[in-house]
Amino acid sequence: MATVSLKKLVKKYGELEVVHGIDLEIADREFVALVGPSGCGKSTTLRMIAGLEDVSGGTILIGGREVNELPPRERNISMVFQSYALYPHMTVRENMGFSLKIAKRPQDEIDQRVNEAAQILSLNELMDRRPSQLSGGQRQRVAMGRAIVRHPEVFLFDEPLSNLDAKLRSQMRTEIKKLHAKVQATVVYVTHDQVEAMTLADRIVIMRDGYVEQVGTPDQVFKHPATRFVAGFIGSPPMNLFEATIDSGNVVFANGDAIPLPARFKANVSTGKKVTFGLRPDDLFPTGHGIGSGTTDDVFKRDLNVTITEPLGNETLVFFDFAGRDWVSRMLNPRSLAAGESLGVTFDLSQAHLFDATTGVSLSDRKA
Amino acid sequence: MASNQQHRIRRRLLSLAHFIGLAIAMIIILLPGFWIVLSSLRPTVEIMAKPAIWIPQDLSLDAYVAMFGKVGQGGIPVWSYFRNSLVISVTSTAIAIAIGMAGGYAFARFRFKGKSGLFLGFMLTRTVPGIALSLPLFIIFARVGIIDTHFGLILAYVALNVPFTIWLIDGFFRQVPKDLAEAAQIDGCTRWQAFWQVEFPLAGPGIASAGIFAFLTAWNEFALASQLTRSVNSKTLPVGLLDYTSEFTIDWRGMCALAVVMIVPALTLTFLVQKHLVSGLTSGAVKG
Repeated sequence: MATVSLKKLVKKYGELEVVHGIDLEIADREFVALVGPSGCGKSTTLRMIAGLEDVSGGTILIGGREVNELPPRERNISMVFQSYALYPHMTVRENMGFSLKIAKRPQDEIDQRVNEAAQILSLNELMDRRPSQLSGGQRQRVAMGRAIVRHPEVFLFDEPLSNLDAKLRSQMRTEIKKLHAKVQATVVYVTHDQVEAMTLADRIVIMRDGYVEQVGTPDQVFKHPATRFVAGFIGSPPMNLFEATIDSGNVVFANGDAIPLPARFKANVSTGKKVTFGLRPDDLFPTGHGIGSGTTDDVFKRDLNVTITEPLGNETLVFFDFAGRDWVSRMLNPRSLAAGESLGVTFDLSQAHLFDATTGVSLSDRKA
Repeated sequence: MASNQQHRIRRRLLSLAHFIGLAIAMIIILLPGFWIVLSSLRPTVEIMAKPAIWIPQDLSLDAYVAMFGKVGQGGIPVWSYFRNSLVISVTSTAIAIAIGMAGGYAFARFRFKGKSGLFLGFMLTRTVPGIALSLPLFIIFARVGIIDTHFGLILAYVALNVPFTIWLIDGFFRQVPKDLAEAAQIDGCTRWQAFWQVEFPLAGPGIASAGIFAFLTAWNEFALASQLTRSVNSKTLPVGLLDYTSEFTIDWRGMCALAVVMIVPALTLTFLVQKHLVSGLTSGAVKG
């Protein structure tokens, strides 16, 4: 059993407060990703859980036990660093067995547990090499091996994949997911890559400037972003987000172009309200080339000019000029398009989002 | 084809030129040492001859025999000097390294008030020529009563070496990524264990080189030692060289022989330690 709870967690460097009273409950065996742009306090939070940073205020509980003042070694955690932090003067075997050696475990137990971890991560061939003789992906696996040998209650990952190239990164992503299924421990995973967070985590914590913006399952944060920031951060390509004003049942953009106010917002907003209108590229598509085409009545259709296309093979990202801005849309079953071509475009307004222009908070009724 | 050949010839000539250039540089560097060894084996007449005698005519080990011989037969208390030098150099080096490690680690890892000022202060002490301090030191040491003791000289050499060892070791600890000590702490080490298990072995080559520098400084130092020592109680080998000067004459052969005796241990030590100085151990710790 290892739940992790953060209660009103605060971190200050001198006068500067970088984490502002975070509350978070992580269930046993849950995989939680902390995600956000650099400087949002996610790594600092992780390092406080690890015991590498002092806590300035609030409480950290691991398995129900307060650990605020405990040194890292007494928290029963493992951590995988962005830099891997392998001990260069030790072989892979020694690296992985180091924690057990420090704990003065008998040699045959060390051997057995190291071999077990090596088996899981297929490191058997590399056991007598030094870190300097390994490739990036191999070092990454050794770092994970070193973490699992300890049989910790909580795994902490600090941007473990950001030093790998794209292909290796997606490979290692799968491995981490498999690993979590196998070892069944609680995981706190820090990343700035929303794709990693979406694919790996049971729940995602989106942080910004030391505050938690939203906590939810990947589905929740994607479909029901609580704030404009979350809407823009999660999803690739990012959501189309543009400032507008509500005027008698229409969403009117700065240049006068208008879209009908999505039906589900009719009760929530009144004329004159300043909002940010958001629509995912998936919900904006050349007519007949979309996911939800024909499934909803709340649509808006219009002929628009193509500015740029980005073919991806199975789909094409098509940029349209509307309301004086570039809107990105996703075209399934694509055909070749020319810039300047006029195309019928469907806006699926049932999936549209409205955010308060000043606070950035979602105006949707549906709770995440 | 012709141009290919031309380039090959040019490359060979170039590497030959490099070789010759380096050989000349080496000869210039080694010549004084060689001349000392040679002079220790030749009679004074030959050393002082004008015009110089380039090809030795008369080589013998007389100077070495005499040096270790009885007083009055050209003997000097080499063993006492040697023992003094060894005790003082080893002890002062050990202390300077211990302080240097603690200080260097603190400068490399911790933030504290006045850090850069303190560091600059240490460096500034290096700008003061040691000889300028010899008179004040002499007066203070005389008052305290530690003239002509091992302790006095050790104290002076520790003070001389500490800023340098701190500076050098600070640099080496900086090269050891902080993540490693943190990883070690998560792996169950106390801060102290993390230092000895991970950071110390990685900074080891740097600490060894700081040790060599400190040792050689103490081993070769003459100016302060000549002021602060008096007798066989504390005289070191460099000061012992003065035994070969008298009012009207200098025994160059004996002096060179003693110089050789001094050089051999220092050279041996450097030779033994230098293979441990190979850096690049840390590569692979972080991405690279």
